[in-house]
Parts: sequence; structure tokens; C-alpha cells
Amino acid sequence: MQALYAQLLVGLINGSFYALLSLGLAVIFGMLNIINFAHGALYMMGAFVAYFLLSLGGINYWWALLIAPVIVGIFGMILERTMLQWLTGLDHLYGLLLTFGIALIVQGVFQNYFGSSGLPYAIPDQLKGGMNLGFMFLPIYRGWVVIFSLVVCIATWFLIEKTRLGAYLRAATENPTLVRAFGINVPRMITLTYGLGVGLAALAGVLSAPINQVRPLMGADLIIVVFAVVVIGGMGSIMGSIITGFALGVIEGLTKYFYPEASNTVVFVLMVLVLLVKPTGLTGRAA
Amino acid sequence: MPETAIADAPAKAATGGNILQVRNLEAWYGESHILHGINFDVNAGEVVTLLGRNGAGKTTTLKSIMGIIGKRTGSVKFNNQEIIRATSDKIARMGIAFCPEERGIFSSLDVRENLLLPPVVRPGGLPLEQIFDLFPNLKERLNSQGTKLSGGEQQMLAIARILRTGASFLMLDEPTEGLAPVIIQQIGHTIARLKKEGFTILLVEQNFRFASTVADRYYVVEHGKIIDGFSNAELAANMDKLHTYLGV
Repeated sequence: MQALYAQLLVGLINGSFYALLSLGLAVIFGMLNIINFAHGALYMMGAFVAYFLLSLGGINYWWALLIAPVIVGIFGMILERTMLQWLTGLDHLYGLLLTFGIALIVQGVFQNYFGSSGLPYAIPDQLKGGMNLGFMFLPIYRGWVVIFSLVVCIATWFLIEKTRLGAYLRAATENPTLVRAFGINVPRMITLTYGLGVGLAALAGVLSAPINQVRPLMGADLIIVVFAVVVIGGMGSIMGSIITGFALGVIEGLTKYFYPEASNTVVFVLMVLVLLVKPTGLTGRAA
Repeated sequence: MPETAIADAPAKAATGGNILQVRNLEAWYGESHILHGINFDVNAGEVVTLLGRNGAGKTTTLKSIMGIIGKRTGSVKFNNQEIIRATSDKIARMGIAFCPEERGIFSSLDVRENLLLPPVVRPGGLPLEQIFDLFPNLKERLNSQGTKLSGGEQQMLAIARILRTGASFLMLDEPTEGLAPVIIQQIGHTIARLKKEGFTILLVEQNFRFASTVADRYYVVEHGKIIDGFSNAELAANMDKLHTYLGV
């Protein structure tokens, strides 16, 4: 039974990363119509920025949670201004190829300087140790990751679904021309949206640094699963990507307990099933 | 009340100065050349209607003024300021508001969000109470999804949302299209009342009978050019010509 709970926790943690990353992908896809293949590389950059902040500047984890997403977000906005914005109106394939190329370059550069092995990032003192919950032992840092991710996801959902800024965003997703004709600077909003989506990826990277170490390919490994999550959940929906992210993490964890051989493939099997039954994804809108 | 507004209207119309001046406006959709040199003026406080057959270039004229059409040349002056090169968000902030033919109600926004979406660009917009006074239906349906409204309610929402922004120059593209006569009448009353409030309105209409109840002046658009223009008083004398132009 202990092992089951442990796998459930691992599933929830992976689910946190899936949710944060697929949430960013969904927001970016909604506004820019771009399938952001660079997302994994930007997640990795988030972890590296946290690493540099600590090792070079002595800036701790808590500040990194704030600073890394901002730095990577700015990097993303520069990418959007200099490259992605020219893809407006073109087929999805162009965006996919361009961002895939960006991912390979970024990963290549980091690999060149840091190799493929991981750099350690210590768990902050305040989150060290664990708690005995009676039915299982909970490492505090892991509990923190799950709760903090959930809070960030819900805050993002609230921002998009319940605020005025979110209404601009949703409206611009539907009809950017008209929203602009109301006097809103839509191109600037698109840039900021890309920055937000990328910032969420970087935040996930910082959260993962103490658990998974900091590696140039940490995002490449993860992003394939995240894309499967996005396909299952559907590109359009914010809440859909959050719920699917956490749910698939848990399903993966449960599979690891009940039938470990399938744990790496279960997400893809589900993806195939969903594609056969509902090609727009569980919560997605028809294109 | 609306009837008196209509009766009052022509007297006030001539008092305003020239607010919009369009000269030799040409526009392209991709490769196709749609507007071939549009020339016309709108005076402050007037309701001016662009008439013409389908595909004549009426909607493209509105969209070119709004800055939505990418390739456009010539001159569009709003309050004596050249806006032909401005982006549509800048044009909107100068005080021009556009209500598109397809209404453009957002399905992922509820009625309240749709109504409050366009930012206030300058002071002088109608307060919400006055908007609900004009469109009482909207007040009852504030929490509905935007596209769940009836066609008439969507049209009212599309007009209502540009009234609170402070824009004084409204461009309405076929506001009566596909609506029941009683709703068309209500929209007519609304336009008359807006005119009385001091709004200047550029209207595109296929429904000539409707246009004649609200407009001060008409321009006829054909093959991307203005081929004729006359005032409401000259309407009766121009009836035969108009029938030929419009093919009705």
C-alpha cells in the first residue's frame, strides 16, 4: 500500500509539470496559433537560470521562482518579436518547425557547455525533510511542488477566465482583428501572452530542479509526454489542460504500481484512443 | 419619443463641421483590387448611408477607414488628422468605432464581458444605465454566453458595446441584416436617438427602406467608387435612378 501512495505522489508531481507546461502550450496556441515545440527547452532554461542564480549570484530558490520565469519570459518575448510574429497566418507546420529548430539550438548550446549529465540543485532548507502522514511518508518538497503548481494553475485559470485582461485574451483568440479595432494593441498582447506561457514553463523548470537535477535535455524528455497530454486534453481549454495534466500524471503513477511495464507508454496509448474517438481532445474545441 | 428625434434630426445635421474626409481611397484584399478611388465626406452629427449592391465595396470602405484592410492608399482624414497609415487600434483610440456586419459577438465571453470589452478611448461615452435604457433586453441577459443571444439581441449588443467607449463616430455595417421587422424598427429608433445624443453615424445598408428612415444623406457605391450622392430631401426625385443602381 505504501508503494501505491508513493507512486500516486510521483504521479501528482509529474502531473504538476504536465499541467504547468500544457497550460502554457494551450495559452500560446490559443493566441499565436503556434504549437510551441520550444516549450521543453524553455522549461530547461528555467531550471538553468535558477542554477546560475544560486551558483553565481547566491540568489536562493525563492527568488529564483520569481526571477527565472521573468528572465526566460523576456527571452521568449524576444523570440516572439524577432521570429514567431512573422508566422502569423501561415500553416501550423511553419511554427512547429521553427520552434523545434529553436529547441534544438538552445538544447545544443547548453549541451555544449554543460554536457548531458545533471547539475545538482539543493532543496531549499525550509522544504527539506518529510512528514509522516500515517499512511505514507511525504517528502515536504514534493508536497510543496504539487500544491504550488496547483495554485499557479488555478491563478492562471482565474486570470484568463475571470478578469478583464483575460476577456481581452479570449476575445483576441477568437477574433484578433476586431479586438484590435476596439483600440487594443493586440500584437503587444500576443507578445505578453507568449511571455506568460513561456514563464509558466520556466517556473515548472525551477520547481523541478531540486527533484530531477538540471540537465540540458530535461525538457526534451518531458515535452513529448506533455504534447501527448495536450492532444488528449485538447488545445483549446485552460481548465481542460490543467485537469488532464494532473489526471494523466496520476494515471501514469497508478500504471507504474499495477503494471510497471506499461508506465512509459500508457499516456501514448490513451492519446491514440482519444484521437480515434474524439480527435479534438477531451475538452478541445473543433478547429 | 424616437419619432420626435427623427423629426428633429435634419435641422441639427447641417450644423456640424466636416468630421471625416475620404479622398481617392483604394484598397486591396490580397491581389484583388476592391476600392478604386472612393471620395466622400461626413459632417459631424450626420447619419450618412452608403448604398450599393452586394460586392460594391461598402464594407471594404468601412474596413479601410477602420484600418482593418492591410493594403490601402489615398487619404482618410478624421477630425483633420490623416489616418490612412494608422493601425486599427490607433484609429479606434482617436474615436472611431466599428460594428461589423457579422456582429462579432465573442462566444467565449458572456454578455457582460462582451459589453465591457472595448476599452474607453475618450470621455463622453454613454453610461451603462443609458445603454440599458436603450437596450433593456441586454440587462436581463448579462450572464448569458454572448452567442446564445438571438440575432436581434446580438446586434443590439454589438451596437451597445461601442457606445460606452466615448467614440463619437460610429460605423455600422448592415445593422438590420437578417432581423425581424419589429427589431429593425427598434434599431431605427436607436440610431435616431444616438444621432440626437450627438453621435455621427456612417451606415452601410442594403435595406434602403430602413436607411431612408434614419439617414440625412446617401452615397451610392458601385465597383469600388462613389457614383452618386444626394440628401434625404432629394430622395424622392432620385428614386428611379436609385432603383437602377440597386437593381430593386
